[in-house]
Amino acid sequence: MTFHSILFERIEDGIKKETLEAPIYFADLNLDQIIDAITAGKQEYNLKPFFYTPLKDADSVKYRHEIMQDLENEAIFENVNSFARKMRAMREHVMQAERLYYKHEKESWFLSAVEIYCDAVTGLAHDLTTADLKSHGFLAFREYVTNYAKSNYFVYLLTETEKVKADLSAVKYCVLINDDSFTVSKYKSEIDYSADVEAAFAKFKQGAVKDYGIIFKDSLDMNHIEAKIVEFVARLYPAPFLNLDNYCRMNADYLDETIAAFDREVQFYMAYLDFIALFKHAGLKFCYPNVSDQCKEGYDREGFDLALAYSLISEGSSVVCNDFYLKDKERIFVVSGPNQGGKTTFARTFGQLHYLAAMGCPVPGSDARLFLFDRIFTHFEREEDITNLRGKLQDDLIRIHDILNRATPNSIIIMNEIFTSTTLKDQIFLSKKIIEKIIQSESLCVWVTFIDDLASFGEQTVSMVSMVVPHNPTLRTYKIERRPADGLAYAMSIAEKYRLTYDCLKERIGL
Amino acid sequence: MKAFLMHRDQDFDLRQQLPPHEQALTQDLELNTLFNAMALGDKFLLETAKHAVLSGLNNDLNTILYRQSILKDCLKNHDIVRHMYGIAVESIEKGKKSVWWFSGRYPGGILRGSIEALQVFVSGLKKLRAIADEHSDKFESEGFTTLFRTLKKELSDEYFTVIQNHLINLEFNEGVLISAELGKGNKGINYALRKSPREKKGWFERIFTKKPSAYTFRLHPRDTRGATALSELKNRGINLVANALAQSTDHILGFFGMLRTELSFYIGCMNLHRQLVQKGEPTCFPLPATSGERRHSYQKLYDVGLSLTMKQRIVGNDGNANGKSIIVITGANQGGKTTFLRSIGSAQLMMQCGMFVPAESFSASICSGLFTHYKREEDTTMKSGKLDEELGRMSNIVDGITLNSMVLLNESFAATNEREGSEIARQIICALLEKGIKIFFVTHQ
Repeated sequence: MTFHSILFERIEDGIKKETLEAPIYFADLNLDQIIDAITAGKQEYNLKPFFYTPLKDADSVKYRHEIMQDLENEAIFENVNSFARKMRAMREHVMQAERLYYKHEKESWFLSAVEIYCDAVTGLAHDLTTADLKSHGFLAFREYVTNYAKSNYFVYLLTETEKVKADLSAVKYCVLINDDSFTVSKYKSEIDYSADVEAAFAKFKQGAVKDYGIIFKDSLDMNHIEAKIVEFVARLYPAPFLNLDNYCRMNADYLDETIAAFDREVQFYMAYLDFIALFKHAGLKFCYPNVSDQCKEGYDREGFDLALAYSLISEGSSVVCNDFYLKDKERIFVVSGPNQGGKTTFARTFGQLHYLAAMGCPVPGSDARLFLFDRIFTHFEREEDITNLRGKLQDDLIRIHDILNRATPNSIIIMNEIFTSTTLKDQIFLSKKIIEKIIQSESLCVWVTFIDDLASFGEQTVSMVSMVVPHNPTLRTYKIERRPADGLAYAMSIAEKYRLTYDCLKERIGL
Repeated sequence: MKAFLMHRDQDFDLRQQLPPHEQALTQDLELNTLFNAMALGDKFLLETAKHAVLSGLNNDLNTILYRQSILKDCLKNHDIVRHMYGIAVESIEKGKKSVWWFSGRYPGGILRGSIEALQVFVSGLKKLRAIADEHSDKFESEGFTTLFRTLKKELSDEYFTVIQNHLINLEFNEGVLISAELGKGNKGINYALRKSPREKKGWFERIFTKKPSAYTFRLHPRDTRGATALSELKNRGINLVANALAQSTDHILGFFGMLRTELSFYIGCMNLHRQLVQKGEPTCFPLPATSGERRHSYQKLYDVGLSLTMKQRIVGNDGNANGKSIIVITGANQGGKTTFLRSIGSAQLMMQCGMFVPAESFSASICSGLFTHYKREEDTTMKSGKLDEELGRMSNIVDGITLNSMVLLNESFAATNEREGSEIARQIICALLEKGIKIFFVTHQ
């Protein structure tokens, strides 16, 4: 197998044109926050375009799953990380070389950059040789990098770099400094005067005393005096400096494109693994979902909203996990229950899980089967628009109309509390019409609403209800459970609190 | 180079821990009178006197004899020893005036300060050498003989020439020569100061050198950034040597400091000796015996503290308690029992730190610890009762006690009725004796 990219198995799957624009549903699902957090600190790799492009077939997802699983091996992760650190250092050196002004200084920084690059490639090739790799992607890459490290050009680059460097390191010179002038000459084994002085006073040594050595701050750049000195040194020792100059001109294009692309693309996995380590540390689970573009009987156990969990963990709070499943002809979750009970979170979780699955990433949960969608449509109520009632309703209808027109049986639709600005009667009427349409479209759907009637619309709908603590209905559990939306859960819990349930009353009224 | 006047092979450590009960010892044996007589108002002398006397219990037999012979030399040549002490004090004080280098931020400043201090020290060392040359034959003790031999050997004329040359070279009148290698970015690294060869090139080499072997750059007078950069480079070059020199300065300061400290003990002894001789009181060098022996014999032993506070001479005591582990002193009140106990204690301390003792003759086995348990005046602030307090102190003593310690009990356990007190005392004393402790017990009962 020939290696193309660590993100895509086949060339034709690759991203044609990288987009910097997030899909429009990103904000509704809080995916923007998640991707921001994942890519934070990795801006130099420009990873967002990768996260903006969901995969379309199960094989591509499998390709990434395998690679991600290889990288979950700590040794391999560290190997790649060490490679990445060196590549980063290399880029910094190149940047420094570009920034600098004096020729001898510039060229030396370039030499260091290439030296680091050689070390990065050699190290990675060596590490991967003994690594326990299983993924097709990594196996192909190993072959590539091993061959590259053995290639004529790379071997030439390596020896040439070492030679030029060794020649320069062998240069030793003297500077005689007077008040307003200095003289540079070759070093002629003049004796070390510090040692001489130290020896003269050695007989007085009485155990440890204070260190009077001054630590000098080393600036990266040369000042014009240092530059002048090096210029003189280059005149005294022309050969090594000439070699350096030739070397720089010959090897401007030292960087291998495939290696550079790997360095960037593998960060997609590294960034994601770093990110989810945070949650795993807090006891939350991730799994590799069974991804299919056929089967719509999806499920997820112990899932959670990554964006919410991220902020909860950082403030030290615990995270509530929820399960869901669809069986037979079920396609639509109708989520109802008290406010602030986690309904919107459930809807977002559903969207996030499917999106992350289509990234080829492990998803929140202990076990999952998720559908590979073609599109996601979201329609979330936005508070700030309530002031413009008429316009809003109209706007809502147009947008929903548009969604329904474009939705295919492979789409996911997420509706959150729509039409709240109109009367209950109208709401029910409109909602029923729309749910009929969605059922016809065969799309997967989560619909958050407080209209109980929708919950038992047909065999395609599943009723989910946000739960409260039985003895204290003002406390939310943030659990969303499958149960009929009888509007009773809330009332029953209040009753239980006042011991007015059937059982309680039977007991209390002791006749 | 070491002074080694207090120990044959180690420095005298002014920071060493004194025994935890030093306050009780000082109070019960009225040692402050002794210390003040040694110091004569000099704070430094007071400090070393106190330290030397109270830490004397750690000394072995050899150290005691080593110091005795040094002290004998001192008493014989007191002017020379005081002169040496004066040189040490002067060098330290003058040298420390150059301490502005301590806060120096630049190797150049550190270097200049060190050179200045070293000039002072070299002149002090030369004076010491001169004393060694002139007077060493008047000294017999191992300590002084070794010190003078060291001074002569280490501080030869050639050595002083070498040092002088260094101090001149380090002024860098001909510029600072540094070597360097190429590091990252071709910037200089591994800066090292080099000694420029004195001799100029021969005519042959001068004629046949084709390429110039050196390039010189002269700064523009207004190039202040260049001047700063050049001076930093110079500082990098002399960083190591400035450190080496400043550390050497510290070391030599350390030598003078040690010489001063160790001599100051003998100066204190000489001060005390002079006062006792003026009063006509006898002194003698004691004969120490090993700690395992039970020896205690003396003639005309008197309490040095009491004598120093009285105008007239005081009465000494004779005694022989060789082979005894407990000595009980009884008799009427105001009969000098406490004074006698004090004279036993302070003589023991003076002997063990290497001093003479206030007696015509004195011989005792050395003890590994000396403890006093005196009746204390009733303290109203104290919550615990008197017997409580006494027994508490006794318990502390037992915590620190070691084999062959000596305990001085003065009217102990008298805070309760006689029968109980006796019983307590009996039990404690029996136990201590069985554990190999020597006891002096003053009681009126």
